[in-house]
Amino acid sequence: MAVTQVVRSEWTKIRSVQSTVWTLGLAAVVTIGLGALISALSKSEYENLSPRDQLTFDPTFISFAGLSLGQLAMVVFGVLVVSNEYSTGMIRMSLAAVPQRGTFFFSKVAVATVLALLVSLVTTFATFFLGQALLGNLSASIGDPGVLRAVIGAALYMTLMAVFSMGVAAMLRSPMLSLGILVPFFFLVSSILGAVSATEKIGRFLPDQAGSKIMQVVAPLNDDTPYGPWGGLGIMALWVIASLALGYALLRHRDA
Amino acid sequence: MIELSGLTKRYGERVAVNNLTFTVRPGIVTGFLGPNGAGKSTTMRMILGLDRPSAGDVRIDGRHYAQLHDPLRQIGALLDAKAMHGGRTAYNHLLCLAQSNGIPASRVTEVLDTVGLTPVARKRAKGFSLGMGQRLGIAGALLGDPRILMFDEPVNGLDPEGIHWIRNLMKSLAHQGRTVFVSSHLMSEMALTAEHLVVIGQGRLMADTSMADFIRENSRSYVTMRSPERERLLDVLHAAGIAVADGPDGAVEVDGVAAPELGELAARERLVLHELSPRQASLEEAFMQLTAESVEYHAHDGDPGAVRGGPAPGGGATSGGEGQWGAGWGGPEQRRRKG
Repeated sequence: MAVTQVVRSEWTKIRSVQSTVWTLGLAAVVTIGLGALISALSKSEYENLSPRDQLTFDPTFISFAGLSLGQLAMVVFGVLVVSNEYSTGMIRMSLAAVPQRGTFFFSKVAVATVLALLVSLVTTFATFFLGQALLGNLSASIGDPGVLRAVIGAALYMTLMAVFSMGVAAMLRSPMLSLGILVPFFFLVSSILGAVSATEKIGRFLPDQAGSKIMQVVAPLNDDTPYGPWGGLGIMALWVIASLALGYALLRHRDA
Repeated sequence: MIELSGLTKRYGERVAVNNLTFTVRPGIVTGFLGPNGAGKSTTMRMILGLDRPSAGDVRIDGRHYAQLHDPLRQIGALLDAKAMHGGRTAYNHLLCLAQSNGIPASRVTEVLDTVGLTPVARKRAKGFSLGMGQRLGIAGALLGDPRILMFDEPVNGLDPEGIHWIRNLMKSLAHQGRTVFVSSHLMSEMALTAEHLVVIGQGRLMADTSMADFIRENSRSYVTMRSPERERLLDVLHAAGIAVADGPDGAVEVDGVAAPELGELAARERLVLHELSPRQASLEEAFMQLTAESVEYHAHDGDPGAVRGGPAPGGGATSGGEGQWGAGWGGPEQRRRKG
């Protein structure tokens, strides 16, 4: 079973359904649009900020504010890429065609990951430059220390969110169940855990909070986060590896 | 060639497929017959390596499914007509399957033409009728031009023209020397297409025989006789050396002697007959009787005829074993015991 054949097949699958276009399109539009809006608002509100807040003003991070919502579209993309196979029954045809389940699963994940990464890179560069333009004299330059890392890192963050969701969808199979767990988790639970001081220390090891560290250029005052930008992304990557490993282990042993 | 040996599938306590051993040979259509829930689909999924057997083994031309190189080129299967992404066009559905097995895209156009879906090739599958979905599924099975084809209930949802088409397709595939394995819960359908028959009930093998033998064994004719002087009728028949069986409501059933002969015999003895009717058990009846005790989902309609024969502990097929099942039932003795 040649891997290139399976990769080509998975590319045909992913490009021939509409959900790919609208989930990735929504991720880009929401991230860029909301990022631009919040950048523009931040510019007009800057005068009212306390000197302390002005000191830690992070124009790069602000331009990525739309990611908090845009990442949910990436989650939906990741979930649908995998769970579509189950909800339609296509999985049986797919596994009859490619009985090597590892080849099947990781080819699918690879194709979806590359596509998500390309869309994410375009999105984060667009949202960065648009946001900086709107921030005017407060803006950061792509050449400033740490900025390029933050922009590329934001794209990696978006991509890893999608890949994490692929693993979860492989475990749970049902798109409704996967989304019903992932969306509230990233939209509510994670931020609640991060906001409450008692659980904050646990919250920051969750994939989204650890991963988002890479988008920060100016660290907040009294930052006691025990990891740096790449450390945070590393923690997120570990979550993703665990999710894919568990998803694959279940796929391998389960009856299709 | 598909070879099953001791193939078993358990779901917890329930045994869905129980120690199945049989071989599906090339060049003929083999019918796989059983009532709903008998384990036909589970067996087919295990053949394709989708479900893991609890015990036993199944091989495709001597190899396990997972060892096949580009499996769609060796064995094509129609499992479920709805097993496709409705948002994908017919062409793209087949294209992604073809690419995974290194089958050229030109073949996709070919099979779409074979099943008559060329006009809707660029339409999304969710707009398809059940019959069109079935045709697309069949196109998927034919895609790799495989030597072995497996169809799970292929006539479901097809109109009469479609049914006619699939029957001829299966026969012509077998004529080309391919192995064709078709499941159905309709004996009448199998009688028209299959040359060989594998019958299962509650996961167990009940018959593995040629269709010709099955018909010979099971469509045996008999004569029902009824007389107000039942005892005398029995004596007369006994005296003539004719074996009898009890029929329903005091009727007497005679096997192997033609009705005119019996009528003349009664006339000679001045015996009043209320009924003298030649009968023939249909294949459908034969199949239902064979699997009666194994039917999982009975219709409780109160009609004693609905479950012909009813349970026959120790009688006939199941205890008879695969070698002698045909001889073991269908004859008057069996019919009497079951009735």
